[in-house]
Formats: sequence, C-alpha cells, structure tokens
Amino acid sequence: MSNYYESEDLKKFGDIGQHAKALADDFFKYYGNVTGTDGALSKREKALIALAVSHAQKCPYCIDAYTTQCLETGANPEQMMEAVHVAAVMQAGITLVHSVQMQNHLKKLVL
Amino acid sequence: MSAVLQIKAIKEKSKYGFEELLRARGIDLPPLSIETLQVNITKLCNQVCRHCHVDASPQRREMLSPEGVAKCLELLEKHPQITKLDITGGAPELHPGFDAFVERAVALGKHVMVRHNLTVQLDGHPQSGESKAYLPKFFAKNRVEVISSLPYHQEYFTDAQRGSGVFRKSMEAMRRLNKVGYGVEGSGLLLNLVYNPVGPYLPAAQAGLEADYKRELRARFGLVFNSLFTITNMPINRFKLHLDKSGQFEAYMEKLLAAFNPAAAAGVMCRSLISVGHDGRIYDCDFNQMLEMDAVDAKRKKLTIFDFDFGRALERPIQFGDHCFGCTAGAGSSCGGATV
Repeated sequence: MSNYYESEDLKKFGDIGQHAKALADDFFKYYGNVTGTDGALSKREKALIALAVSHAQKCPYCIDAYTTQCLETGANPEQMMEAVHVAAVMQAGITLVHSVQMQNHLKKLVL
Repeated sequence: MSAVLQIKAIKEKSKYGFEELLRARGIDLPPLSIETLQVNITKLCNQVCRHCHVDASPQRREMLSPEGVAKCLELLEKHPQITKLDITGGAPELHPGFDAFVERAVALGKHVMVRHNLTVQLDGHPQSGESKAYLPKFFAKNRVEVISSLPYHQEYFTDAQRGSGVFRKSMEAMRRLNKVGYGVEGSGLLLNLVYNPVGPYLPAAQAGLEADYKRELRARFGLVFNSLFTITNMPINRFKLHLDKSGQFEAYMEKLLAAFNPAAAAGVMCRSLISVGHDGRIYDCDFNQMLEMDAVDAKRKKLTIFDFDFGRALERPIQFGDHCFGCTAGAGSSCGGATV
C-alpha cells in the first residue's frame, strides 16, 4: 500500500464485518434503510445531503460514492455544487459563530 | 484522414458469465414473440455521440439496399404478428429510401417508430447538404411515433454526450415537433424522449426523471413530450473504448453485474423483437448487431431477411454475451426504456 486512501478500498467496505459481524450487519441494514429508499426525503435529496456530509467530513471514498449516487438518482452538477456550498458555508458559519465566545471572553478580560 | 475512427466490432470474451448466471439462477429466456421488426437502415449520422454503440458518424456509408427495404416490407406484409416497425440508424432519415419505407409500412397498417435524433432537422444531410426541415410535417402526416435522445433537460450533460450545440438545436427541433402536434395532449402524435447516463453509471428511476424533464422543459422552454425512456449504456464499441481508455471498464461491468435483476432479465426486448442490419442479416437486438453476433436458428444457421421464416426465427436460441448485463441491471433497459 502506497497511500492511506486507495480507491480500490471502497469495495472493501463490506469487510468491516470481520471480527464484528453482528454490529456490521446492524449498521448496513440501518444504512440501507436510510439511504436506499425514498421516504419523507427522496433518494436524490438523501444523496445530496450525503454528498455534502462527505465533503464536510473530507472522506474521499464517500465523495466518489455519492457523486455517482447523485447522478444515479437524477441530480445535476448545479445541485451537487450547491450541496457542497451548503457544507462549506455551514463550516464557515460554525467557525464564525464561535467568535461570539471569543468576544464574550474578550469582554471579560479587557478592562 | 477522417477525424472519426471507425471502431471494428470487438467480440467479447465471456469473462463475466452472463449465460452462466442465467443457468445458475434457473432462468430460461426463449423468444416469446416477434412483435417488432427493428431495422438499422444506415450508420450514417449527422452527429458523433460519445456513447454511440453503432459508432455512427457523418463518415459512415452503410445503407440498407433497395432490395433489403423491399424485403422488410414484404416480411411485414406477410406476417401480421409483426405489428411494429422500429426504424433506427445512424440517423435513419438520411437513408434515401426512408420516406418511402415509412409510407409503405404505414400503408400496411403497422405502428411505425422512428429513432429521430432531433438535430438532423436543422443539420440536414451531412454529405449532400439536403435539408431535413420537412421531417416534423412528414412524421405528423404519417402519424409515426417519434423517439428522440435527450440525455438530460440541461445543456451540460447533453452536449457532453452528443456534441457541442446539440442541446440548443434539440430544443428548437422539439419546438418544431410540438408545433405540428407532437407531444401535445389529445393529438395522438407521440413524442417520446430517451435518457442515457452520461457515463458509467445506472439511470435514475424512470418515473421521477420523466417528471423532472416535463417540469423543466415546460418551464424553461415551453416544450412538451409524452414519455421518457431510460436506457442503460451498453459496454460495447465506442462507449467501451471510453471505458477502456479511462480505466473504468471493469468497475462498470462489476456495477452491472451487482445490479443484475431477474425480473429485468425476464423482460429483455430480444424476446419480442428481431433486429435487421444494413446488409439484411438478422440479430437478436441492435447491440448484438453491432457486435456482429448473428441470430441463428435451432440448427445454428444464420438468419437473414432474404430467407426469412417466422417459425425458425421464433424458435431461435437468443445469443447472449456479457453486454447483456446492461439490459438486466436495476430497473432493466430496452429500446422502450425500463422494463421493471
């Protein structure tokens, strides 16, 4: 192995059942129920959320998988980029909203 | 030198074992009927689409001969069981005998479908420059069903697959078809669109995508159509070359294999149609035709339109290959869209 992330390793996701099969089975059942069906959210909406989370969590496996899943549920590049911007702006907002904490502490420290 | 390389049909090795899988699952797929005669009358096309399984282009010259057209009409007349004629290409309208073929098949009472790429209305004949602007009125006069590829309701995917400017021209061609009544409720003139993925992935669910297309095309362009057919890209010829070059062939085959659906297998189109090539040879489908996998009778004799026998054709063992995983993946795929 030459890198920490190998694209071929995505196929081995199912191998997480080694040493803990029952837990993996529970996870994959849950995973399939949440992402693999139309519910209150469509499969496409779920795929776009997952694509945004993939970016926020910086998971290359998930980015590949959910780029494909977005296309296979009929999403288009505009929708996919907007989803990534939602992730980006949430992360920026989370960083910025913490400045309130900084300002609170600043006020306490400054005479 | 031509800018377009003609790709010789590549015979597949059965690495993925389509027939073995059918046997292992106890699935038998004999022909059920011959309702549709699909005829590929020319490989000449005004477009060069990146996924085209025919490898059609403006440089191609293959045409069904006048004798071949006459034989197809004779076959249609003789066999009332064959109720539909599906004319494809290339751009079939570029065949010099296209108009007469349509008119005579309609006169025989057959339901005629034309695989019309839309842009030929505006581009005309790529070699002679002959205008094809008359097509909407011609189609309407003969009440043929028009089936047109539009890979997405936006420009980006459409032009990526079918060439720069194709989306804009397709919108104008659809407007001309709508103007003569195609796709308009109550007209009885059918305009159906075809969605192909623009890469090695499976189509989205047909019903949802159709709703998207209808909403977007109406809102943005004021255009209407009847149904959307989702068709999976077959891993053959030009698309296979792309998969090979980009190192995605194996991953795509694995995707198709993992999505094998027995219900889709039961509905494969080769069970109810035969496909005729420009030289009169008969195949189980247009994909087998491009791979030169001839249809054979029970005694392994090749079928042609020149010695056609309905019984022999109906009793033929369908020729399968690994590309057939394309028709059996997910919700299935046929020239009429999803099968499940």
